[in-house]
Amino acid sequence: MEKYIGKGVFSAVAIGKISVFKRSDMEVKRIKIDDPDGEIERLENAKKKAVSELEKIYEKALKEVGEANAQIFEIHIMMIDDDDYNDAIKEMITNQSVNAEYAVAVTADNFAEMFASMDDAYMQARSADVRDISNRIISCLGDNESSSSLSDEKVIICADDLAPSETVSLDKEKVLAFVTAHGSSNSHTAILARNMNIPAIIGVGDKFLSEIKDGDMAIADGFTGEFIVSPDDETKALYEKKQKDDEEKKALLQELKGKENVTLDGRKINVFANIGSVDNIGAVLLNDAGGIGLFRSEFLYLENSDYPTEEEQFKVYKRVLESMAGKKVIIRTLDIGADKQADYFNLDKEENPALGLRAIRLCLDRPEIFKTQLRALFRASVYGKLGIMFPMITSVWEVEEILALCDTVKNELKRDGIEYSDSIELGIMIETPAAAVISDKLAPLVDFFSVGTNDLTQYTLACDRQNPRIERFCDTHHEAVLRLIEIAAKNAHANNAWIGICGELAADTTLTETFLRMGIDELSVSPTFVLKVRDAVRKTDLSK
Amino acid sequence: MKTFTYTIKDELGIHARPAGLLAKKAKELDSEITITKGEKTVGATKLMALMGLGVKCGDTITVNVSGVDEENAEKAMKEFLEANL
Repeated sequence: MEKYIGKGVFSAVAIGKISVFKRSDMEVKRIKIDDPDGEIERLENAKKKAVSELEKIYEKALKEVGEANAQIFEIHIMMIDDDDYNDAIKEMITNQSVNAEYAVAVTADNFAEMFASMDDAYMQARSADVRDISNRIISCLGDNESSSSLSDEKVIICADDLAPSETVSLDKEKVLAFVTAHGSSNSHTAILARNMNIPAIIGVGDKFLSEIKDGDMAIADGFTGEFIVSPDDETKALYEKKQKDDEEKKALLQELKGKENVTLDGRKINVFANIGSVDNIGAVLLNDAGGIGLFRSEFLYLENSDYPTEEEQFKVYKRVLESMAGKKVIIRTLDIGADKQADYFNLDKEENPALGLRAIRLCLDRPEIFKTQLRALFRASVYGKLGIMFPMITSVWEVEEILALCDTVKNELKRDGIEYSDSIELGIMIETPAAAVISDKLAPLVDFFSVGTNDLTQYTLACDRQNPRIERFCDTHHEAVLRLIEIAAKNAHANNAWIGICGELAADTTLTETFLRMGIDELSVSPTFVLKVRDAVRKTDLSK
Repeated sequence: MKTFTYTIKDELGIHARPAGLLAKKAKELDSEITITKGEKTVGATKLMALMGLGVKCGDTITVNVSGVDEENAEKAMKEFLEANL
């Protein structure tokens, strides 16, 4: 058993036999020619053939990986027609009386070198594109078809590197996985593999190719980037289980993707996702969440060594809103306290941080920090459908003070001629018993409530969630907690506000029916639970 | 001759796709169009050279248009940049 580590670019497990990818020998010889014009004509014909091949590949890619990803082949076609590239080749043929193959190969090296020396990883990866089109022209100059005849069995393709056109040209039905010695996660090949839903591991290193042979059994784990050759039975069984679990999950995903969150008797709700960083947006989209119900903005502060500027925050909020393309995004304002703070806040040590200067209290205590965040949020609001929610509310005056601050921010933006959306939803978190009890007074002030069940449970039951010794007293299904949620739901609806749940309890499918009966409009859960909750909603019948 | 500057707003800068579109657009126009970033100037119809400029988000490029349809070409380039970059 031999184990190699690369970078997984598509999360899935493949188990099967290895097939080492061979391409026809591309060794190009320098040959002296007598008829440069004839040679240039040969070049033009080869280019025509290359373009027509690429057009076919483009069509295939269009079907298999979509337009955005197929575009690289359109660009390849344009690259073949590039003036500088062509002039360089023709000049060499004419001035040095060399064969077209050689002129193409040398020119390819020069252009590839130019890209490789750029200081940007994306552009560096473009040198592979130059080599890809050049190799295609060279192979069109000869009659050698690049043959990659695969057996009938599905295999794990191992190669030093794969050009985008090689990746797409392979018969998808026969490929279990791609494993390459080189390549970057920016390469089009990596992007294509991702879109073809084929597990791929790149950058495994040169060594592995000399140590494997066709027909060896291997495991490619796209989750971890592990590539295991000739696994023992125990390892194989382990991965077979991992593969089975993953496939079941994906099957559920496939089955439920695009479906509505609707009960058997026709009641629709929203199932959104909770995230704590921009990096999680991929998971939100992959799991088909209808929006983001809780975007924790804390990371902006905790990952910084000083207060994040308005501009820094604006960029992040804009990106989230744009990535969600018009789906609702609810961003929670700063929620930190003495137990979870960044040094530059200089918060005093507190005896009881859960009951201290935290969340909205901190923001109202230091309105300049709060206003910076609000300005960034309002500015970003034009890029999507934004909701803003405020954590740890206990009193009506807090909400009034927040709303007044929001008005100040709006007026300042108006004064400065900066745009903001006038359809931003403002909401508060219901995570203290106080807020639930006076929710009739709070609801008229806001557009929505979002119940934070973790804190609501802790404050209602007077139980520290971190203390394992009181676990049995900390009953998350406690009637007191559920009654508070019900009160809040009733008061929200009486005042034309909607109510969601964004705490851990939202993902507890034994309570889905209870929440639906209370009239909860939205459940926001970790991305991986979205489809589980959708499944539970679709199996609920409220008419009984 | 007409000259104007433009600051790139696209997060990825002039990467392969917009470079391809830009070259295509420039080829449709009769005027000679060049793009300058720093000390490097390239023809706007030249895809690989455009990519080779390594223009990133926030970079300012200078666009130079000269030829018979200057007015029209300048307008077309401005529109193209606004829409794509």
